[in-house]
Amino acid sequence: MWSYLVRRFVQAIFILFIITMLCFVLTRLSSDPMAQYANKPGISAADKERIAQSLGLDKPMPVQYVRWLGLALQGDLGNSFFSKQPVLDMIKQRLPMTLVLMITAEIFIILVSLVLGLVAAVKQYSFVDNLITTLSFIGFSMPIFFIALGCIMLFAVKFKQWGLPYLPTGADIWNPKDPVEMIRHLVMPVFCLVAIQTAGYSRFLRTSILEVLGLDYVRTARAKGLTERVTLYKHAFRNAILPFVTIIGLDIPFLMGGALVTESVFTWPGMGRLFWEYAGRGDYPVVLGVLLLTSTGVVFFTIIVDLLYTVIDPRIRLS
Amino acid sequence: MADTSELVNSSSNVKSLKADEAKAPLTPSQLIWRRFRKHRMAVVGGIGAVILILFIIIGSIVYPETRANETDLKQRLAGPSSTHWFGTDSVGRDVFIRIIYGGQISLFIGLLAVAVSVSLGTLVGGVAAYYGGWVDSVMMRFTEAMLAIPSLFLLIVLAKFIGREVGQVVILGRTFSGSIGIVILVIGLTSWMYLARIVRANVLSIKELDYVSASRALGASDVRIFFKHLVPNTLGPIIVSSTLGLAGAILTEAYVSFLGLGVQQPTSTWGNMMQQAQSFLIRGAWWMWVFPSVFIVFIILCVNLLGDGLRDAFDPRSNRHL
Repeated sequence: MWSYLVRRFVQAIFILFIITMLCFVLTRLSSDPMAQYANKPGISAADKERIAQSLGLDKPMPVQYVRWLGLALQGDLGNSFFSKQPVLDMIKQRLPMTLVLMITAEIFIILVSLVLGLVAAVKQYSFVDNLITTLSFIGFSMPIFFIALGCIMLFAVKFKQWGLPYLPTGADIWNPKDPVEMIRHLVMPVFCLVAIQTAGYSRFLRTSILEVLGLDYVRTARAKGLTERVTLYKHAFRNAILPFVTIIGLDIPFLMGGALVTESVFTWPGMGRLFWEYAGRGDYPVVLGVLLLTSTGVVFFTIIVDLLYTVIDPRIRLS
Repeated sequence: MADTSELVNSSSNVKSLKADEAKAPLTPSQLIWRRFRKHRMAVVGGIGAVILILFIIIGSIVYPETRANETDLKQRLAGPSSTHWFGTDSVGRDVFIRIIYGGQISLFIGLLAVAVSVSLGTLVGGVAAYYGGWVDSVMMRFTEAMLAIPSLFLLIVLAKFIGREVGQVVILGRTFSGSIGIVILVIGLTSWMYLARIVRANVLSIKELDYVSASRALGASDVRIFFKHLVPNTLGPIIVSSTLGLAGAILTEAYVSFLGLGVQQPTSTWGNMMQQAQSFLIRGAWWMWVFPSVFIVFIILCVNLLGDGLRDAFDPRSNRHL
């Protein structure tokens, strides 16, 4: 057990090392932070050189990387080139908003897909099952902005025109401290995330419940004369959701990264939008900071999920 | 993944199946075809995809390419009518014809991106498994590193990285924006990881089998063993994941275009048509948005159904459809 843990941690650190290197090279080479000064009048070549020097851009790439990594390990992700704020502070500002959106969405995603998957599996090949399967297939094949733009069109623009109670598009200025405002702004992005994500999950659950229902121990339970209810919930369902737990566990760290497209469409001030805005400007400390934070989360959550899995499913042993 | 063990067992299962059936024995490919045919939705998906491809081919024959880029400022943002079936866009181009030519590009991007990702995935997974040891460790850690970065983030960073200089390219006498190549590369380079893991697991189990040892004893080179024995015996998962990957690639193209990193105008793709439509949606130009989206959803749906059917067909344990 301990040797397993140690091995996993060593691997994790190695993976993170590769990630930082990969991201550093990609972001550093793709964006020129000096480009913003290129066409500005009043900045001489000497000034530019001085700015580049103060940002540490004059050093060779490996030196820059080591310097960045060294500071990052001490919890200093550097300052944004644009806002001049420390990257960590910017992330701290955005992270709560992303978590509010993503955790709300995830709760609904889990609940809705559990219900849909269960209903579809229990009523296999019925009308309801076919409907759920068809809808989930369509949802699975759909880009999220398709639903997002449709929602804005209908619930924000048209409802307003028709004089019905409408939802805000997100482009307005609002106060996140006010819970009513918050909920009003949450409805549409959460709905879109749930609609898209549930599609894949409920299909997955349906398959895994059906698989378990065909197993011998379920037949034994039925043969013992247990009610269908007990068979289903006490015996089948518990085992069927095991693989689902893994999937959710692996999704959790991605929640920190936020939903880039959804956040952009609904102008939600979260991490995804932070990344998108600053990636466009070539502000690589911010981009790297977000990348580092999310991928560290992913790498360590993977280990935690694997460990938790042995608790939920005693048949699995770590080796 | 589950596919691996199943494929390894395929030979024994096929034998027992043959024994069960008193009729003429079926070859594995016949069995696959039978299972596929019984999968009604997959057949529907396949037919849908063929119809769509025919639509694009016939459409490109009927309408010359110049019509797709023909602007008519008097007809800006006109709704669907008998002259413009799907209406016109903000500079008066015919949406119907742009969908035909956009479809060409979208499918082209999808196919080539899948080709890139499948070759990379097979190569990385195969080489890692075949050589093992530190080669395996390094390659798999790299794969895991790529998987740990949220895919859209990786896509954006990579698009900015490759997309620094873009020119025009001429393919088959037609001029395309060089961004097509970038989009293909970006999608291909960010989607090979799952396949690499599947191929690795598969090759790991095959490479110890007797026929591989035999072939090595006969003096076959690594390259020959790789392409003659290991790859063909992993073809099932490769075919399945390239089909599902095609759907994914078309969807990713839409996302990339939506973020403005995709193929640039005037070359149309379904993705960039939707992106262009976004700002005119509020002004009521629903046709600019609905038609390309319907085509995207339709083709992805068809290809996904097809891939699902293929997965069942290639799974030797799934005899329920026989």
